[in-house]
Amino acid sequence: MIDYFTAHRDEILGWLGWHARLAGLPLVLGLAIALPLGWLARRSRWIYPPMVSAAGLLYTIPSLALFVILPGILHTRILDPVNVVVALTVYTVALLVRVVADGLGAVPADVALAATAMGYRGFQRFFGVDLPIAVPVIAAGLRVAAVSNVSLVAVAATIGVPQLGQLFTTGFQLAYQVPVLDGIVLCLLLAFGFDVLILLAARLLTPWRRAVSR
Amino acid sequence: MIGEVAQWLTTSEHWSGPDGVPRHVVEHLQYSLVAVLIAVAVALPVGLLIGHTGRGTFVIVFTANGLRALPTLGLLVFFVVLISPHIHGRGEAAYLVPTEIVLVLIAVPAVLSGAYAGVQAVPADTRDAARGMGMLGRQVLVHVEVPCALPLIISGIRSAALQVIATATIGAYVSLGGLGRFIFDGLSAHDYPQMAAGALLVALLALAVDLTLAGVQRLVVSPGVSGRYSRRAGTAAGAAPVAASVRQAS
Repeated sequence: MIDYFTAHRDEILGWLGWHARLAGLPLVLGLAIALPLGWLARRSRWIYPPMVSAAGLLYTIPSLALFVILPGILHTRILDPVNVVVALTVYTVALLVRVVADGLGAVPADVALAATAMGYRGFQRFFGVDLPIAVPVIAAGLRVAAVSNVSLVAVAATIGVPQLGQLFTTGFQLAYQVPVLDGIVLCLLLAFGFDVLILLAARLLTPWRRAVSR
Repeated sequence: MIGEVAQWLTTSEHWSGPDGVPRHVVEHLQYSLVAVLIAVAVALPVGLLIGHTGRGTFVIVFTANGLRALPTLGLLVFFVVLISPHIHGRGEAAYLVPTEIVLVLIAVPAVLSGAYAGVQAVPADTRDAARGMGMLGRQVLVHVEVPCALPLIISGIRSAALQVIATATIGAYVSLGGLGRFIFDGLSAHDYPQMAAGALLVALLALAVDLTLAGVQRLVVSPGVSGRYSRRAGTAAGAAPVAASVRQAS
C-alpha cells in the first residue's frame, strides 16, 4: 500500500489537492448561500416550510444524476470540475439551510431579551448575538456536509473528473486492490482533516464555551 | 439540449427490450429493495434494542460516523475486486454480490440511527406510564416505544433507500444493470442525451420511492403520534403531548 503510494506520489498528491478543493469549495460557497437563506427562513414563518421541503427535494437527487444533468443546464462540458462544485454546493445548501434556520432559532429567550435590552438591533444583532450562538449547530451541520462531500467527489471519477476517485477507477480497471485501499485511506484522512478544521474554527469562534466548560 | 433529451425519452425503442427503460427500472428497484430489506432486517432490531436498553450506544456512534465517512465508490470497487474473482459461472452474480454487500453497508447506519433515535426520543413519562400500567419490558417496546418511534424509524429507512438508489446507479460502473447503464453507456458512446435521460430517470425514481415511503409513513403512523387527527376525533387530544415531544426531537 505504502509502496504504491510512494511510487505514484506526485500524481496521488495532485489528486488529493484537487479532491480537497472540489470538496472544500462547495462547503464555503454553500455556507455563504445558506446563511442568508436560513436567516430569511427564520424571519418569516411562511418561508420556512417550503424552503425545508425544497431542500429535502434537492437532497433526494442522486449525486451521479446531478453531475450529469448540470452540464445540460449550465452549458458546461461534461468533464468540467465546475459541475462537481455546483452539484456539491447544491447539496451543502440543502443540508445547511435547515440547520442554519434551526440554529438561529435556538437562541435562549433570556439571551434574546438581554440583547434587546442592550440595544442590539437588525444586522448588529444577527452578527453579534444570533449567529455566534448558532455557531456550534452550524458547525455540526458543516461536518456532516464535509464528510458526505468527500465521498461524493469520488463518485465523479466514474465520469472522468480527476481526483482521489481516480484511484478507485484505476483499481477497478486493473482489478487491483492496493490503489483502492490507498484511495479509501486518503479519503478518510481528508474527511478527518475537514472535521478537525471545522471543529477548530468553531472553537475559535466561540471562546465563551471554553470559559464555561473550564 | 433539453429537446434532445425529450426526444430520447419519447423514442419508443428506448422503452422495450433488454436495454429498455422498464427493464432497467425493475433491475434498479430489485437491487435497492433487496439491500434495504436486508439492512432493515439486521439494523432495525439492533437499533430498537439499543434504544430500549440504552446499552451499546457506541455501536451507533461507530456506524454513524465511521461507515458514513467511507467513500461509497471506493467501497464498491474494493468489494468487486476482492470478491468477483472468486465467483465463477452465473454471469451477473460476480458483480451483484459485492454490490449488494456495499448497498447493505450503506443502508445500515441510517436505519440503525433512525430506530435508535426514535426509541430514545420517547418521553420518559410515557415510558413510565406504560410500566405503571403493568406492561413488561417487551410490551413497552412493542406497544409504546415502537409506535411512538415510527416517524423516525421510517425516516431512517427513507434516507437509507435514497442512498441505496443513488449508489445502485454507480453499480452500472462495475458492469451491473439498472438505470446507471444509460449514464455509463451514454458516456462511452459520447451520447449526452442518453446520459441526461438516464440521470433524469434516476432522479425521478428516487423521488417516486421517497414519496411512496412518505405515503406509507402517513398510513402506518398513528394519528395520535403524528398530530394529524380530525376535529371529530377530539378525544385523541390526550396523545398530543407525546406527538409534540416526538416531533420536537426529530
